[in-house]
Amino acid sequence: MSENKTQVSDVKSLVAKVTETNDFNYLLEHVPYARFIGMEVNRFGDELVFCLPAKEDNIGNPVLPALHGGVMAGFMEMSAIIQLMVFMQTSKVPKVVDFSVDYLRAGYYKDTFAECYITRQGRRVANVHINCWQTNRKQLIATARAHFLID
Amino acid sequence: MKTNPEFFPMTGLATRFVNQLVQCRRLGLRVHEASEHHVLLELPYNEALIGYPDTGVLHGGVLTTLMDTASGCAVVCAIKQKFNSLEISPTLDLRVDYMKPAQPHQPIFGFAECYRLSSSVAFTRGIAYQNSIDDPIAHTVGSFMRISPEMVGDAFRQALMGDEQQA
Repeated sequence: MSENKTQVSDVKSLVAKVTETNDFNYLLEHVPYARFIGMEVNRFGDELVFCLPAKEDNIGNPVLPALHGGVMAGFMEMSAIIQLMVFMQTSKVPKVVDFSVDYLRAGYYKDTFAECYITRQGRRVANVHINCWQTNRKQLIATARAHFLID
Repeated sequence: MKTNPEFFPMTGLATRFVNQLVQCRRLGLRVHEASEHHVLLELPYNEALIGYPDTGVLHGGVLTTLMDTASGCAVVCAIKQKFNSLEISPTLDLRVDYMKPAQPHQPIFGFAECYRLSSSVAFTRGIAYQNSIDDPIAHTVGSFMRISPEMVGDAFRQALMGDEQQA
């Protein structure tokens, strides 16, 4: 535990290790909320695709059934944080300033995916765009844009 | 915190609504009070929800879930009061602006109100806070689409109505 803690506070070496080993789930293991919703990361070349496997605990609307919108947003926010940490090699965990999500379709009770685009990266603030889909990348279930404090 | 159900007649409906959502049960969300104007929820602190392990601050996604639930719940209550019907409105969009990080090891309160209810869209705003609503953690605005009451489903309708005998 104490070993974990020193590694976590040293975000830079954590990010470096993850980039070197290509095991991005190692990063997720340190974040309790990421384990709580059960998300995963896959790397394809230079691209990261985030996955939220279907999990009963994440259901909001029991009628459809559908994922809770908040879980989807949390998944997208965590995805953006990892994207920033990996591609900007940040020395701290980026802090969210604002998060705005548009829900386009119902997110059903099945595997969900997300990808992130760093739209603009300034000295202190980064703007990230996040797309989220289930069956087809062209049929997005949600999009979001967010600002993060970085350094 | 104690609430008077006579002041907040929709607390029962809001409680049953929130308890129907699996994710909200996992988070341990609790309804404090609800009326046709507002909903107040409490999110207890839980180490499983930490987003920043070195400080113990909860993940932003938890706050989004809290405020999405509070806002959606406020819409359900407003529609029930105005049209005496049950509609479960899906979120169209939600924006969360963070004022400051939440203190670890303390519950977070989520206050939301439905300030405009039109024929097809409901508009909400909300505040997440810990010690005082005048010292917010986050502000939120959202819009929700209205769908026909038939979409609710009989089982869900029954679960929401509880002991109250109404259509």
